[in-house]
Amino acid sequence: MGRKRAKDKVSSPEIETVVVLRLYISGNAPNSVRAIANLEAICQQYLKDGYKLEIVDVFEQPLRALADGVLVTPSLAKVSPAPVANVVGNLSDKRNVLLMLGVEGNVG
Amino acid sequence: MNGPKRALPQPLSKIPTGIQGFDEVSRGGLPRNRTTLVMGRAGSGKSVFSLQALVNAVRRRREPGIFVGFEESTRQIAENAAAFDWGLAALPKSKLFFLDAHLSPTVVQSGEFDLTGMLAILKAKKEEMGARWIVFDGIDVLLTLLQDPIAEMREIYRVRDWLADNELTAIITAKLDGHTSEVAPYGFMQFMVDCAIRFERRLEHGVSVHRLQITKYRGSGFAAGEFPLGIGPTGMEVTGPEPTEIKHEASTERVSAGFERLDSMLGGGLFRGSSTLITGAPGTSKTTLAGKFAESACRRGERTLFVSFDEGADAIVRNLSSVGIRLKPYVKSGLLRMYSGRTETSSPDEHLIALSALVHEHQPRCMVVDPLSAMAKAGGLSAARAVASRLIYMVKDNGVTVVTTSLIEGDNPEAEATELQISKIADTWIHLSYLVRSGERNRALTIVKSRGTRHSNQVRELTLSETGPMLTDVYTAGGEVLMGTLRWEKEAEEIVRQKQRRADFDHKQRELQSAEADTRARIQALELDLQRKRAELALYSRDDEARTLSSTERDDDLRRMRSADPVARAATAAAPPLVKRRVARGSGNSGRKKTRREARNGP
Repeated sequence: MGRKRAKDKVSSPEIETVVVLRLYISGNAPNSVRAIANLEAICQQYLKDGYKLEIVDVFEQPLRALADGVLVTPSLAKVSPAPVANVVGNLSDKRNVLLMLGVEGNVG
Repeated sequence: MNGPKRALPQPLSKIPTGIQGFDEVSRGGLPRNRTTLVMGRAGSGKSVFSLQALVNAVRRRREPGIFVGFEESTRQIAENAAAFDWGLAALPKSKLFFLDAHLSPTVVQSGEFDLTGMLAILKAKKEEMGARWIVFDGIDVLLTLLQDPIAEMREIYRVRDWLADNELTAIITAKLDGHTSEVAPYGFMQFMVDCAIRFERRLEHGVSVHRLQITKYRGSGFAAGEFPLGIGPTGMEVTGPEPTEIKHEASTERVSAGFERLDSMLGGGLFRGSSTLITGAPGTSKTTLAGKFAESACRRGERTLFVSFDEGADAIVRNLSSVGIRLKPYVKSGLLRMYSGRTETSSPDEHLIALSALVHEHQPRCMVVDPLSAMAKAGGLSAARAVASRLIYMVKDNGVTVVTTSLIEGDNPEAEATELQISKIADTWIHLSYLVRSGERNRALTIVKSRGTRHSNQVRELTLSETGPMLTDVYTAGGEVLMGTLRWEKEAEEIVRQKQRRADFDHKQRELQSAEADTRARIQALELDLQRKRAELALYSRDDEARTLSSTERDDDLRRMRSADPVARAATAAAPPLVKRRVARGSGNSGRKKTRREARNGP
């Protein structure tokens, strides 16, 4: 869905847009730990410093997660820029994450 | 519930779901603080069951609950539930909370996820509202996204452990595979849970039949087998098992079967609360008999329910009025409730549920189901059979006197019995048949059986007139039963024959009387003759004695005169009377006897 938009983004400088992300995890469940690692790797590779990441531990703030409509963990939400988008899972599939972030990169 | 987590095993306690019939099938409801798995294909009623149990818990037991819907959004669920009279919208969120767990199609997946977060959220919510119940509706929808059976299994176990830790009474629904009847990916779930219920909706002869079956209930007995269920305006309703023990009260009160002659054939009428089956070919006036029964019940002022299938209530009222059965005034006064069902549109189970609702609503004392055999048209015969007997048991449980009719093609009720096999449970069985002879078709009524009654074993002719049905004696001639015109002819013939017989008798009597008089006259004449002869004889014998005496004297005189030896001749002295005796014999018996005596006495 975001393929076309992603193509547009290629022409604009990557650093100028700040991506706000929120990652919902559940304590140190294996998938959550892996998701943090995966996300940090992606962000460093593709977003450099142009992102803000908030990590919400559902164990600590369950009702907030509920209010945010989070169901399963780990779950990554792109708060801005619009459109708001979500990815669930431990983010091991880099391509889907990049699509959501609006970044086209050479996967692999 | 207030005890420590993972407490010592407690005796299993059950919570009634409030779903009609289910609590009987499960012998008390769902296991408290345990997990129940509800399986079934799409549209088999899993969600309705779960939601109804939850709503009932919230409403009736004031136990808050959470509904986690993986398949449908909260709004869809609310819309669906609005079809039922549960007042779902009126329930506060603090008592019944819907968690919309259906993943938006825009959500992208990347790698594996787990339910730890969701369970943490649910735990927080549960503690916030003090929830005691939880429903996971369609959890498979979410888990299939994992695309890894091992991961799916792991998450299921995670849910199980979480439920055990949180002491919640839980219902998990899972879809059955479309083709096999197994919960293909979640077969292991059945081992994990304490209670497993299976819903099934299938087509039998073009009609959908809806069934529920408990396949497992750890630590508890339950009614085995499939039970029919229906979904109506009040939600799901399960037709529970009939009690193993039959506990209908046996009344000795008799109620009229419709008209006097039939009552007397039945030894006084039908027993109150009994069931009667009227079988017969089309047009043998089964409905008329049933209508007469309904009318007589109304006339006694008893509330009556007339259920007909595939024939409109108005048509029945009109048709019956042509044979003098007037139901209209009772329909108007509300004493008689007419209900017409269309068989094909619903399954037998749905009919049963509708009828049972009607019985509860109208509270009849007498009831007619015409024809019960119509039920067999809708859906399978076995289903219809089960429903028919359930119906009769249900009605009898309510102490209602019921008359049902059943169509039989052909004449022999025993050979064909009834398709529905209700003859076994019917207390009275009246069979109507046609006798075709001499270009006429006449109706014959036989009472095949009537429990606890000295019923007539005779065939009667059933005739219909403007004043209603009547029973007439039939003639049997040469082993054949005569009816209609033949009966009438036979009746006329019989009258003529009787007159003839009377005339013959009179004639013979007169003949005999005159013969008797004749004989008597002859006897009299003979008697007179006898008397006369006796008199004559008496006279004659006296004369003879006198003569004998005089002749002896004369002999003596002669001897004296001839100086003969009187002693030497004395031996022959008796001889002359012998000669005399021969003469006497000719004059009659009495004379002979007398001379014999004289002969003996003589020497």
